[in-house]
Amino acid sequence: MEPIISVRGVVNRFGSQVVHAGLDMEVMPGEVFGIVGGSGSGKSVLLRTILGLQRPAAGTVRIEGREVTEASPSELAGIKRRYGVTFQHGALFTSLTVAQNVELPIAEYHQVGEATLRGLAEMRIRMVGLGADALDKYPSQLSGGMVKRAALARALALDPALLFLDEPTSGLDPISAAAFDQLVLYLQRSLRLTVVMITHDLDTIFRTCNRLGVIVDGRMISGSLEEIIRSEHPWIRQYFHGERARHTLGPPTGSEDLHG
Amino acid sequence: MYLETRQETVGIRLRAGRSWTVDRLGLLERALVQAGLPAGGKAVIDVTAVEALDLSGAWVLRSLEHRLLSRGVEVDWAPARPELLGFIDEALGREAEGEEDETTRRLMAIPLERLGIFTVGLGADVRQHLAALGELTLALGRALSSLRRLRLPSLIRQVHETGVTAIPIVALIAFLISVIVAYIGAQQLRQFGGEIFVVDLVTIAVLRELGVLLTAIIVAGRSGSAFAAELGVMKLNEEVDALRAIGIDPVEVLVAPRVLGLVVALPLLTVLADFMGLAGGALLSWALVDITFTQYADRVAESLSTTTFWVGLIKAPVFAFAIAMIGTLRGMQVRGSSRELGRLTTVAVVESIFVVIFLDAAFAVLFMELDI
Repeated sequence: MEPIISVRGVVNRFGSQVVHAGLDMEVMPGEVFGIVGGSGSGKSVLLRTILGLQRPAAGTVRIEGREVTEASPSELAGIKRRYGVTFQHGALFTSLTVAQNVELPIAEYHQVGEATLRGLAEMRIRMVGLGADALDKYPSQLSGGMVKRAALARALALDPALLFLDEPTSGLDPISAAAFDQLVLYLQRSLRLTVVMITHDLDTIFRTCNRLGVIVDGRMISGSLEEIIRSEHPWIRQYFHGERARHTLGPPTGSEDLHG
Repeated sequence: MYLETRQETVGIRLRAGRSWTVDRLGLLERALVQAGLPAGGKAVIDVTAVEALDLSGAWVLRSLEHRLLSRGVEVDWAPARPELLGFIDEALGREAEGEEDETTRRLMAIPLERLGIFTVGLGADVRQHLAALGELTLALGRALSSLRRLRLPSLIRQVHETGVTAIPIVALIAFLISVIVAYIGAQQLRQFGGEIFVVDLVTIAVLRELGVLLTAIIVAGRSGSAFAAELGVMKLNEEVDALRAIGIDPVEVLVAPRVLGLVVALPLLTVLADFMGLAGGALLSWALVDITFTQYADRVAESLSTTTFWVGLIKAPVFAFAIAMIGTLRGMQVRGSSRELGRLTTVAVVESIFVVIFLDAAFAVLFMELDI
């Protein structure tokens, strides 16, 4: 099977500071791939590079076999319609209602009537577990969890094959975070999405991810959860076997049997 | 063809085409609108040919099904209802009908609702203005009674930003305006042989009115908007709440230095504008009506009464107070969205320019009554 995302030898640097020193990453269709790394290890920079928002100093990024780094603006627009993104703080457009936020990408690319637009937006908003009363609310009237859900609805507006989530559960209480994880899994299975998420939340990692990529020393170590947990790299050991992790981890295997 | 309609013995057969995905959303919607739907009887939606179906396509198919059902048509699927439709049903729930009642009720209620919202908003606005003025007065009182609470570094920064950086534009505009006044004056006065009175015209117009008024309008545009935008963004970032949480009064650290800073800066800018205005007049008088600089200076001294300069200058701190107060208040009112920020910044500028001109008119009446 062809990887849906293929990152080869990506180098990113800011001035003399090297963030990525030849980073490789592969994501297969249908996976939930988690990206983990310390603060400042370049997770967000990697995401921006994959999305085509930032050009790397060297290396290539391919989404569905199409080159992102060298794409012309029109090719890039085509690639961008294949993925949806939720940003860390939601990045909902504050001057638009939730429904308008979801309608925006649809209306940008398709000429459809008001009623259809509204119906398509409502479907997605209800799908992410928001009530009908949320449709005409403004982002400032939503709670943190609702903002994340609304952002997810907007990310799904153009039926992407690929979903990027940047810290989807940061700032949520554990119960809301668990509910959000279940929602992502449920959507991922129902809509056959490939999900790439940046997260710090060990609970989220164990609930949702099939594979993990850890950014250390400007490169990525990736593998199944079990492989990563058994890794000897000091940072990864600290991350998964530190004081904090012991509460979450419990018995070291058996994290696959989750239901949406 | 995305949707092909065919009459069969048992009823109507709607054959869906190959691709039902978001890429073809517009075409799918049109096919749905154009499809000749029966009223009553039976229909089969045939999805055997569908190869690609995504959520958007499924939604259009589901609307087709709904339309048929609402016309009393019995709907069958061949070979089966796609799973994604069930998924959408689950998300939306089977809602009861009766949405039309909702819209008619709302249509009736909208004007009343608007009026109510407007009235309540107006009341709240007045209260907020009064509260802000009260808080500002208290904060200014504290600031002026203690050196520490004066926040000197912040005050100096404000004087720099609103005053020093405005020097070039204020100087240029004062110069140009007085050139214009002198030019028009010279043209008219020449008809009566009274060119020398150009000097009186420029001196009095610039010192009494134009210098301070133009400076205040420029400053309202520059600094009034800056105040509103700065404080608005701080509100949106919860920086203002953070200050409150630390136990620092945001009015004292954010509003008071700006108000005081502008009250210091605007009179200084006015003096500069007065000077540049007189210089512009001198240059034009020399070029156009052959008045030498010495003559000009003598004439200026003659036309000045003791109050002319001070009558203009006394208005500057009042204008400054109004501009800074409006800008900061509007900034503090920003909440929720970036559009609010833009709206309130605009309101701040428009309102402060209006208030400056209104106050200027009030001063004119006052000075006339006082016979100054």
